[in-house]
Amino acid sequence: MMLIPCPHCGPRAQSEFIYERTVDSVVPLDAPSQEAMTKLFTRNNPRGVDDEIWRHTYGCRAWMILTRHRVTNEISGCRAIGPEALP
Amino acid sequence: MSRYSAFSLLRGALTGHRHWQPAWRDPEPKSHYDIIIIGGGGHGLATAYYLAKVHGLKNIAVLEKGWIGGGNTGRNTTIVRSNYRLEPLHNLFEFGLKLWHGLSDELNYNVMFSPRGAMFLGHSDADMVKLAERGDAMRCDGIDADLLTRDQVAKLEPLLDMSRDARFPIQGGLIQRRGGTARHDAVAWGYARGADSLGVDIIQKCEVTGFVRDGDFVVGVETTRGRIGAGRVGICVAGHSGHVAGLAGLKLPVESQTLQAMVTEGVKPMINSVIMSQSLHCYISQSDKGGVVFGGDPDNWPSYAQRGHPMVMEGAVAQGLALVPALSRLRMVRTWSGVTDMSFDGAPIIGETPVRNLFLNGGWCYGGFKATPASGWTYAHTLATGKPHALNAPFSLDRFERGATIDETGSGPMPNSR
Repeated sequence: MMLIPCPHCGPRAQSEFIYERTVDSVVPLDAPSQEAMTKLFTRNNPRGVDDEIWRHTYGCRAWMILTRHRVTNEISGCRAIGPEALP
Repeated sequence: MSRYSAFSLLRGALTGHRHWQPAWRDPEPKSHYDIIIIGGGGHGLATAYYLAKVHGLKNIAVLEKGWIGGGNTGRNTTIVRSNYRLEPLHNLFEFGLKLWHGLSDELNYNVMFSPRGAMFLGHSDADMVKLAERGDAMRCDGIDADLLTRDQVAKLEPLLDMSRDARFPIQGGLIQRRGGTARHDAVAWGYARGADSLGVDIIQKCEVTGFVRDGDFVVGVETTRGRIGAGRVGICVAGHSGHVAGLAGLKLPVESQTLQAMVTEGVKPMINSVIMSQSLHCYISQSDKGGVVFGGDPDNWPSYAQRGHPMVMEGAVAQGLALVPALSRLRMVRTWSGVTDMSFDGAPIIGETPVRNLFLNGGWCYGGFKATPASGWTYAHTLATGKPHALNAPFSLDRFERGATIDETGSGPMPNSR
């Protein structure tokens, strides 16, 4: 199990989190249909580091961006998104 | 290649078994092949075998970065079945199931196919309606499916918890009696031996590191053992589809996840069929050696690590114990995992890509093993003719943008919602 450094709660067990999708696959509301299709149905799926959106569902329930290596599971960063992250 | 038979075994016994030969050669790669298949798993080897056998092609190579049978072919739970509701899926898998029934004879290699029955459990009224609908859809296409009552399920599998206070009460089931299990390593080895004897070069420890392009066309591959030219190239690398296709600049509708499986110590026969529950997502069978094999959900986040997380394993074990409480007395001896390429509708992708002469066979999610013969057959047809076979035409890569997805579970376009 991974230990995820939640920006609000500190390091927490992965079982409290749910993976949503990658950052590059978020479809902007005004995306043209070709871009929306690509973002909705394809992934970079790298055998390396990617930025992923996770949610601390069974904790503070906030969304965050986790930068993680997909072979070693090494987490190199975790930052908040959403209104909480605004200055 | 010498033929395996009871007679050859007997003759070997008299001469101290010194007659055994390697089952396939270890050739150096040539500078050019008509068809190169990337990935020496069951699907890639079956493709090579049918290309040589059915289409009569000679100049074929299978490139494997590791060794034969070291990837997902040796990491699945060996279940073979064709009990899908949607027509394109059950037609493809049924074609495969028919090939399974004659596979040991076809390959002259005992793949230990054991049609002991593959049974889905129904835990509620809604489950039973769903199972009946699935069975009806199958029978409309001539595929065997029998709806079982609660008593019939209890008779077939006496160790299931059928009590009133069971954690997951069982109302009935749907059985496909021609389904079962096979020995997964033997499938890879049998196809490898068969393909090799028909002249296919199986090149192990040869990782593809790039594609050689000539405009829109792929004309070869760069590998750790040098550049190899090719007429057509077929990707067949399961969990690493996204990575290999990425080398050609393609972005696929797949996300790689880890799927775990585990096996207990060997015991006398206790599980007669393949017990599956789709409401829970747990599947249990017993190997011929006696170990109880089971698996559950994939780890629902992207991963290329060929190891899983105990948290997910615990979920699968908890389901297994609730269904068959007697399992609690067994020790788990091995757990392992493979990298699966989860597609966006849960169905495979077999066909052309936007790059000319480059073909793709992937996106099998966690259900590729049972399709090995059908996948090889249809992919061989596609590679030989440049056009899809009728069975794999619906599984084209462009079906997502056309809105023609094949979504058996109806769970929408997310690989982690399968």
